[in-house]
Amino acid sequence: MAKHIWLCLLFTILCSTVESVFEDQVGKFDWRQQYVGKVRFSHFDNHMQSSRKVLLATEKNVFAALNIRTGELLWRHVDNIGPEGNIDAFLQHGQDAVLVVGNGRLLRSWETNVGGMNWEVVLDSGSFQSACLVGQQDTVKYVAVLKKTAVSLHYLSNGHQKWIENLPESDTVDYQTVYSGGNGEVYALGVVPHSHITVVAYSVEDGEIIKQITVEAPWLNNIPANCAVIGKGMLTCVDSVTMSLYMYDLHVQSRMTQILLQSLGLEVSANFQPVLVATQPNPARTPLSEFLLQLGPDHYQLLQLNNGQIVTLRDIKPAMLVSFATAGEKTVAAVMSPKNKTACSLNLFSAETGRRLLDTTLIYNMDPNGGKPDKLYVQAFLKKDDSVGYRVLVQTEDHTLTFVQQPGRVMWTREEALSDVVTMEMVDLPLTGTQAELEGEFGKKADGLMSMVLKRLSSQLILLQAWVSHLWKLFYDARKPRSQVKNDVTIENLSRDEFNLQKMMVMVTASGKLFGIDSKTGSILWRYYLDNIPSNAAFKLMVQRTTAHFPHPPQCTLLIKDKDSGLATLHVFNPIFGKKSHLTPPALPQPILQSLVLPLMDQDYAKVLLLVDDQYKVSAFPSTKNVLQQLQEVATSIFFYLVDSSQGRLSGYRLRTDLSTELIWEVVIPPEVQRIVSVKGKRPNEHVHSQGRVMGDRSVLYKYLNPNLLALVTESTDLHQERSFIGVLLIDGVTGRIIHEAVQRKAKGPVHVVHSENWVVYEYWSTKSRRNEFSVIELYEGMELYNSTVFSSLDRPHAPQVLQQSYIFPSSISTMEATLTEKGITSRHLLIGLPSGGILSLPKMFLDPRRPEIVSEQSREENLIPYSPELLIRTEWFINYNQSVSRVRGIYTAPSGLESTCLVVAYGLDIYQTHVYPSKQFDVLKDDYDYMLISSVLFALFFATMISKRLAEVKLLNRAWR
Amino acid sequence: MSVKMTRLLSFKIALIRSFLFFVCVEFVCCNNGRKVGDNVDTEFSGFSVPIEHSFEVDDVAKFRLRGSVVLKAGRESSISLSQNQLSEEDRSKLKEVAAVNGLYRIRVPRVFLQADRQTERQMEGYLTAFVRACAMVESHLSDVITLHTDVSGYLIGVSIVTLPGTCRGTEVEDEVDLEVFNTTLSVMAPVNAPGPETAFFLERMEQESEKKAKNPQEQKSFFAKYWYLILGGAIFLMATNSAQSPAGGGREQS
Repeated sequence: MAKHIWLCLLFTILCSTVESVFEDQVGKFDWRQQYVGKVRFSHFDNHMQSSRKVLLATEKNVFAALNIRTGELLWRHVDNIGPEGNIDAFLQHGQDAVLVVGNGRLLRSWETNVGGMNWEVVLDSGSFQSACLVGQQDTVKYVAVLKKTAVSLHYLSNGHQKWIENLPESDTVDYQTVYSGGNGEVYALGVVPHSHITVVAYSVEDGEIIKQITVEAPWLNNIPANCAVIGKGMLTCVDSVTMSLYMYDLHVQSRMTQILLQSLGLEVSANFQPVLVATQPNPARTPLSEFLLQLGPDHYQLLQLNNGQIVTLRDIKPAMLVSFATAGEKTVAAVMSPKNKTACSLNLFSAETGRRLLDTTLIYNMDPNGGKPDKLYVQAFLKKDDSVGYRVLVQTEDHTLTFVQQPGRVMWTREEALSDVVTMEMVDLPLTGTQAELEGEFGKKADGLMSMVLKRLSSQLILLQAWVSHLWKLFYDARKPRSQVKNDVTIENLSRDEFNLQKMMVMVTASGKLFGIDSKTGSILWRYYLDNIPSNAAFKLMVQRTTAHFPHPPQCTLLIKDKDSGLATLHVFNPIFGKKSHLTPPALPQPILQSLVLPLMDQDYAKVLLLVDDQYKVSAFPSTKNVLQQLQEVATSIFFYLVDSSQGRLSGYRLRTDLSTELIWEVVIPPEVQRIVSVKGKRPNEHVHSQGRVMGDRSVLYKYLNPNLLALVTESTDLHQERSFIGVLLIDGVTGRIIHEAVQRKAKGPVHVVHSENWVVYEYWSTKSRRNEFSVIELYEGMELYNSTVFSSLDRPHAPQVLQQSYIFPSSISTMEATLTEKGITSRHLLIGLPSGGILSLPKMFLDPRRPEIVSEQSREENLIPYSPELLIRTEWFINYNQSVSRVRGIYTAPSGLESTCLVVAYGLDIYQTHVYPSKQFDVLKDDYDYMLISSVLFALFFATMISKRLAEVKLLNRAWR
Repeated sequence: MSVKMTRLLSFKIALIRSFLFFVCVEFVCCNNGRKVGDNVDTEFSGFSVPIEHSFEVDDVAKFRLRGSVVLKAGRESSISLSQNQLSEEDRSKLKEVAAVNGLYRIRVPRVFLQADRQTERQMEGYLTAFVRACAMVESHLSDVITLHTDVSGYLIGVSIVTLPGTCRGTEVEDEVDLEVFNTTLSVMAPVNAPGPETAFFLERMEQESEKKAKNPQEQKSFFAKYWYLILGGAIFLMATNSAQSPAGGGREQS
């Protein structure tokens, strides 16, 4: 009994402190998607018949295994970003996967079943060239790693180094490839460009040099690109100048023999560098004597080396992609050739004979909104009747992975482009047909009283009908078990929900692929691939027209700018369906410096986009007569600013009525002392509900709410820890007036800034104390407002009061953003992406420069938390509980229809979507709200009043009779 | 706290009525015969930064000298401003510009604001700022000019505001009101942002712990303070338990 009471007490205490998600809320309104990135190396795990996984090593430094049946991640290892974690080579043998990581810094072996690490060894320094597995007597025992100056051999079982040998003449010879044919020798192949090849053969046993040969090859400069070892140690190279094959036997010392391609009846396409593709199914044996020679972009030739003679087996044309695969003892070549505009067909050819295998055709349908196939990975297996079956993994230019089975069934696709989201927007979903009908009534021109009444009646009828059918559906669904009720979201039945919690996430990825994702479920509703995107493009996504203007479709514009040349293009599309708009965007022949979306609208309710080119000329999109007229009227009140961080120059411009511009202010920060790292304005869709803060003595401290304020952050060029500093400038973007200028001494970047309402929060690294620190600046007008009706930058002569306070933060951070709600009534939180994968929701209340050092009656009245120098990370502040988001790069926040709720999307390698309630759900009844109780109480009270009324009447009557 | 921040100007602010000083010899003609340069310091070792202004009806900037900021080096570095009067012609032009909603611009060259480092390097270009010409007229030429420097004392920006800043369209009748500038000049260097204040916090914590040590009543642990309540509760629970169990057992039997 006592125990029970204690437990109850404990439980209530726990409940009162928990702020985060309850267990039964997991996955209810949040989801996470995990990605791996663009694949660099891939191997199918074929060592067991039952094993069903594919191993991927990607350009995002991720090593992962996917389930072949579903495409889901089995396990994933995310290494450091950048060259430090770069995967240089991936070798697979049996259950072991050997990786060379970080330009030959580490050699790692993974156990592929569960993804655990077998061993890791640190290699000697030197830039990595090549690696291969080395076997002897049909068993693979070692890994050979070739570096610039040395070659080493490691045991496959434990990673220990068997021997390391310096390469002879490594200062002149460029060693590029290591090869082993399983005969107890390891060959290091090097080249002196345009002179000769050097071949050094080492003994596997003790690393002794068995022989060292140089062969004249004045036409060669790159071995991996031009050469391959074929058959029993025949080094074969192809030269595009003389159009011939050169062959050299590594075992017999002789001269290179030249075979003209013409003599084989082969012809290379013009301006094409022919490529040799060989295959070595088992590293303990010699490579096959069959090999492929690519003669043109879509032309391959299967050749065979037979007793020193080259025999042509098959001419494969047209062929987009060709890949070797081995099942058991059989090796096949899978060839992808175009079928028609939307599909490709794959066929298998026996490598030995070059004959096409029967019943091996596979149709691969290309996505019209995707890219062309880029890479082909084939999984071949032996069927029960000993014939070869296969499945293929196709990677396209837009980083999509598609796994296809015969005869063309797509088992799964993965959109790996989403591992590199650059920018995103959330767009409201359109209204349902009936709602739109009602809305449309107001949009149209009035045509007579009678018809208007009729129209109103008809639309009301339609609404009634919809409501009845909705009720019927609810009733019908309620009788079914919950699991059977399906609400699949498709592009057809998309509609806004009651509280506008479900939105369309428009995501722009670095590969140039655009996605429309349903925020509720995370399913991809549309995709659109923009080809010919420059590799260093910068993107800016703007919503020109929201869904509020039925019947005009919503419209988004993506500005794609080449960072080097500054040339830009516009892509205009419908964010709900992803379709390209019929509007033709203006051609932009000049480099673009700045783009801005004005609050002006044209007659079709599209916001006007202004583009400023390098001649400081302004063009508008859309540029109808109506827009130009409006622009002329308001031109004198349109100001914009340009930032040239290389010269440290900020300049303000004003628009003239003829759409030319004039320079009106200039601020120059000498780039020799400090450089501008970021300029942050406020979000245009931000609302601030209260103009001031009520103080302890009931007076009001008014906020300085300047919508044109820019927060500019600089870092010193001097990086010495005593002299480095961070500068924070608050500049009015219209007048160029410097409102506040502060330096944080002994601090350095990277600086993360959030600028909102009347505050700026930034995070930096303190070099003096060696810790991360947060600082908050708040601006106040004072006890009275200068002009309470309207804010104008031109008429606000008094400088605001500036308050600042700093805090210690116990972790470094990856990104930071503030929550955003519909009306700005809800208190604000900062959402902080941590490198650990957590997303922290830190109340802004803790970052308040008015936190008192000494608690007074007034500060208590104001609910200010006493100052403490450290901000603690409370575990219940993590909004993503155990759903870590790897490498968070950005957090996007959007308001929902509910004031209490803010939609959050964190993106990086993974994508995570959730809702946050900074002030709890004050406007929503809880899920477990007891409707029965409240309604029964209501009814009971109602009847009680009825009865008592009756009784009172009777009593009064009786008294009257008396 | 807030008052402290705003006071943190490293340079002295000097408020000088422009009609007291007229040092620019080139513009003597505008001075209408008043005495020139009487109170210019004889041991003038500083240097001056010219402030130029421009107000044109067609808004194409033509900068002319408005005055100069004189910085005096020495133990007490001080700053003062000497300005010219607006000529008859300029006054009418300023009114015209105000009528067409034009701009009044000023500019200063990019220099070091330290006399001893003048020769170190000289940058090209100017820093500009503006205010609406009508505001200038309606405020009767009373403006506040602030020069902003970076950490090394290099000029990075200039700002100008008028007091009051409004443009109501009121006519300025008296020409004399537009004759002399009534300028408040200040130089702002960056403020040092505060770091986390650990020292004060630790001090406070120590004080609190001392207070606790002095007052042993509060030092007692939870159990030491409320042992009688806990004991009483426990006895009560045990008593109710033992009383209930035979009763429960009795019910089972029947």
